[in-house]
Formats: sequence, structure tokens, C-alpha cells
Amino acid sequence: MLNAFQEGVVVVVCVNLIAVLGMSVLTGFTRLFSFGNAGFMSIGAYTAAICSVQLRLPFPLAVLCGAAMAGFIAFLLGSLTIRLRGDYFLISCLGFGECVRVLFNYTKGLTGGANGYSGIPYRTTAAVAFFCAVLAFVIAWNFIHSKYGQSLSAIRENEVAAAANGIDVVRCKKMSFVFSAIYAGWAGGLYAHYLRHITPALFNLGKSSELIITTVLGGLGSLTGSVLGTLVVQLLPEFFRGLAEYRMLFYGIAVVLVILVRPAGLYGYREFSITGAVRFVRRLGKGDGQDG
Amino acid sequence: MADLLTLSNVSKAFGGVHAIDDFSLSLPEGAIQGLIGPNGAGKTTIFNTITGIYRADAGEIRFAGEDITAVQPHQAAQKGIARTFQNIRLFGNLSVLENVVIACNMHAGYHLADALLRLPAYRRAKAEAEEKARGFLEIVGLQDKAGERAASLPYGHQRKLEIARAMATGPRLLLLDEPAAGMNAEESRELVDFIFRLREQFAVTVLLIEHHMDVVTNLCERCTVLNFGRTLASGSMEEIRKNPEVVAAYLGGDEA
Repeated sequence: MLNAFQEGVVVVVCVNLIAVLGMSVLTGFTRLFSFGNAGFMSIGAYTAAICSVQLRLPFPLAVLCGAAMAGFIAFLLGSLTIRLRGDYFLISCLGFGECVRVLFNYTKGLTGGANGYSGIPYRTTAAVAFFCAVLAFVIAWNFIHSKYGQSLSAIRENEVAAAANGIDVVRCKKMSFVFSAIYAGWAGGLYAHYLRHITPALFNLGKSSELIITTVLGGLGSLTGSVLGTLVVQLLPEFFRGLAEYRMLFYGIAVVLVILVRPAGLYGYREFSITGAVRFVRRLGKGDGQDG
Repeated sequence: MADLLTLSNVSKAFGGVHAIDDFSLSLPEGAIQGLIGPNGAGKTTIFNTITGIYRADAGEIRFAGEDITAVQPHQAAQKGIARTFQNIRLFGNLSVLENVVIACNMHAGYHLADALLRLPAYRRAKAEAEEKARGFLEIVGLQDKAGERAASLPYGHQRKLEIARAMATGPRLLLLDEPAAGMNAEESRELVDFIFRLREQFAVTVLLIEHHMDVVTNLCERCTVLNFGRTLASGSMEEIRKNPEVVAAYLGGDEA
């Protein structure tokens, strides 16, 4: 059906989409920036890999363990850091992500150290990855449109007013943090079962930055925007293979441009809907370009 | 009538500044009481102390017989204390309806699992919250603006939306911080009627900070005057107006 290259593209897009959706809930809806989500991906990847290889758990269970472990670590870390003000929280996440990377480099007995962990069975096919991405989107959508998700938006807009309306700000922020870590861990577990060989360096600060960049580019406060962002960031390098070396350069430029020209991102603070698209196309058809 | 809210000898200092100093107040259930005083007298600090944004240095605050001196802001809201803010605090990027729905969510009875799996309990509670929110928008006359961005509303409507949001939490006590600020005489009169209607319909007790004296006079049975964090006078509007100290504080010391 798909050749190996196409299969790989689908898996990479879907895996990244799951991590970005988690990032979107944390950054786009709660306005908490984390430069440590690659660390949670790493925890998810290694936990799932070890569960799969050493403990011989079935693949879905192994991925679940990876996601759960990432969520558990986020819960512990969040209990310590979530009360910090925005920029301090960001730095603490950055430090955490690097700690995980270095830690996995040194625990040779368990993780294989810098050489990586190999022998992971190939389980994440394009179909599995696609199914997981759709599931992740539906769950995130339900979460964001529930009272929990609305509380996060309220916190983003005005913390004091959110608290005055009965929202437990600390608890909701922590929930958002754990949610994003579970998604990162989920993505990591899938990724490990696609690559079959993982190294700590895969999940470095650059990976965390890429997740944030994708979220900002796609649009804050929009899940469909995150899907769009992931497609742009993951697919464009495939079309411009020759320039792949420069991708971080292009990301950087793109983010600066977006922030200057369209601060809300490509598709910020609204969701794509079929009816909205139809209305838009009709208006274009009528030719009255008086849309504000 | 029993007192719904009592503050006994409450003090709050910031560094060396005594924002409120040995302040006491008792508010009977069903009352509409005013809190007036010059700028910087500590009125908003009192609201912030009641709602848990600040923690009182000394003294005790009781609400409906319960000690709430050390509550967190969200707990104060859950116990039935709602408030508006002097500088309006809406959820600006969210729609008018969402602003009120978020307040209604406090009583929405479903759990995380219901929401993630979109179970019937979630869908029902969500529909209920939205319907309830539309009801509150109707009360303040903003039902036609439900889909608009809250920050795009004109100032007067933003104030109304903030009151609608506060009422949507189902409070027993409503704290209004300068609800008539920026309103003309006509709008102020409407506001007075509106607050009377709220009390009638929801049996809510009201404590309000206000500079428009006509609003205070028309609305409040009793009034407390603050100056430099201390109670200058407290009593019926009639007594307040005749109090020489109050006149001095408002018009300048020499004229007393």
C-alpha cells in the first residue's frame, strides 16, 4: 500500500502530532511554556522500550506504561514547580529535559547509555500511528471543550478572575502539565517502536524547541491549528530534502515572522470547521472581499 | 436576621503601610451595604482579604458561620462569595457565552473520564451549563452578544458581563467593586434597579464599593466609611451624611 518512505513520513507526522497536541494543551490553552517535553518523550520512549524488550509486555501495554511513567514524573515535577511564575517554570522544565538526557546517558546498564537502546520490536506501523493520532486528537478535543479545558483557557486569560470563579488554578495547571507529559510519553513510546533503536540525543533541547515552535506556528489556543503546524513543520523538509540541514534555521525565521505578522499563529484561537470553510468559500465566490 | 459575613478586627499591612487596620464589619443576610472612602482607604484590600487573594495578618472573617480567614480564592467562590473587579477582569479572548459558562462550570457535575469519553453525563451537564449561562446573559441583556469576543464589548457591557459571570457561580454574597465606574447618571440609575432585581430574584446579599454617591444613597440601607484603613463611620445613610468626620474626610480636614 505505502512504500517504506511514505510509511515513515506518516509515522513521523503522527508521532509528532501527538506530542504537539500535548504541547498545545499546555502552551496554547494554559499559556505555560515547557522546554522539557522532549524529556517526557524520552521517558516514554525508554519506559516503553524496556517494558517491551525486558519485561516482554505486549506493545499497547508497553506504550501505555511509557505514557503513564511520563505522566507520573510530570506529576512529581509539577508538584514542585507549577507554582513558579511563567519564565521560572520554563527554565525549570528546560533543566529537567537536559537532566533526563544526561541521566539516560549515564545509566548504561538500563538504557545502554549514549550508544542507545536497541532490539526494540517494530510495531508502530503507519496504521497504528494514524489510529493513535486520531484517538489523541479526539481525546484532546473532548478535554479542551470540557469544563477542565475551559478552566485552562480561563487561567490563560486571567488567573485572578479564574480563581474568583471557583477554578483551582494550581490544580488545573498541574493537570494540564501532566496531560502534556502523557501525550509526550505516548508519542515517545510509539516512536521507539518505529525506530527500533533510540538514543538519549534524539530527545534533546532541539526536539523540545521543535515542539514549541510547531505549536506557536500552528496557532495558540487551537487544536486544528496544531495539526496544521505539525503538517507544515514535518512535511516541508520532506519536500525540500536538499535543504534539510537548514531546517532549524527556517523554523527560526518562520517563528520570528509569525510572531511579527500573525502573533496568534497560523490558526490561533479558533478551530477549523467544515461549515466555516464552506461559508468562507461562498464569500470568496461572491467576490465581496469585505471580510474584516 | 443572622449575619452572613462578619469581619472582626481584621488587619492587613504591606511593608509598613497598614492597608486595613483593625477593621470590623457585620453584614446581615439580604442586606445591600455600601463601602465608601477616599482613594487608597483600603476598600479593595478588604474585598481581596474576604475572597482570599490576601491573607489577613490578624483578625477573623466568618461567612455563614464558618471561619474563612485562610481560604484560597477558588474556595471562597465555591463557598458562595462572588465578586467583580475594579479594573474589569474578563476572559478577553473567549466568547461572551464562554465567560459565563466557565462560572456555571463550578456546579457542573461530571468527571474527567466522562469528559474524555464524551459520556452522556458530560453532554447533559455541558448543555445545562450553556442553557444556564444564556439565562444569565438574558438577565443582563447581553443574550444577543453571546458569540462575540468578550474584549470587543463596549465598557458598559463588559461590566454587565462581569456581574452576569459572578451571579452564574450561584453566590450568597456578591462583592461589587465600583460597578458604576464610568457610567453616566442614566446608566447608574439602571444599575441601581438592576441590583435590586438581583437581590429579589436570587436572594443575594450585596456589599459594594462605590464612588457615585447617588448610587450608594439609592441602593444601600447601611454604609461603612473607611479612611486610612480604619472605620471612620458606620450606620444608616442618614447618619453617615450628617457625620462631621465623614464630611471632613471627603471635603478636606479644615471644613469640619
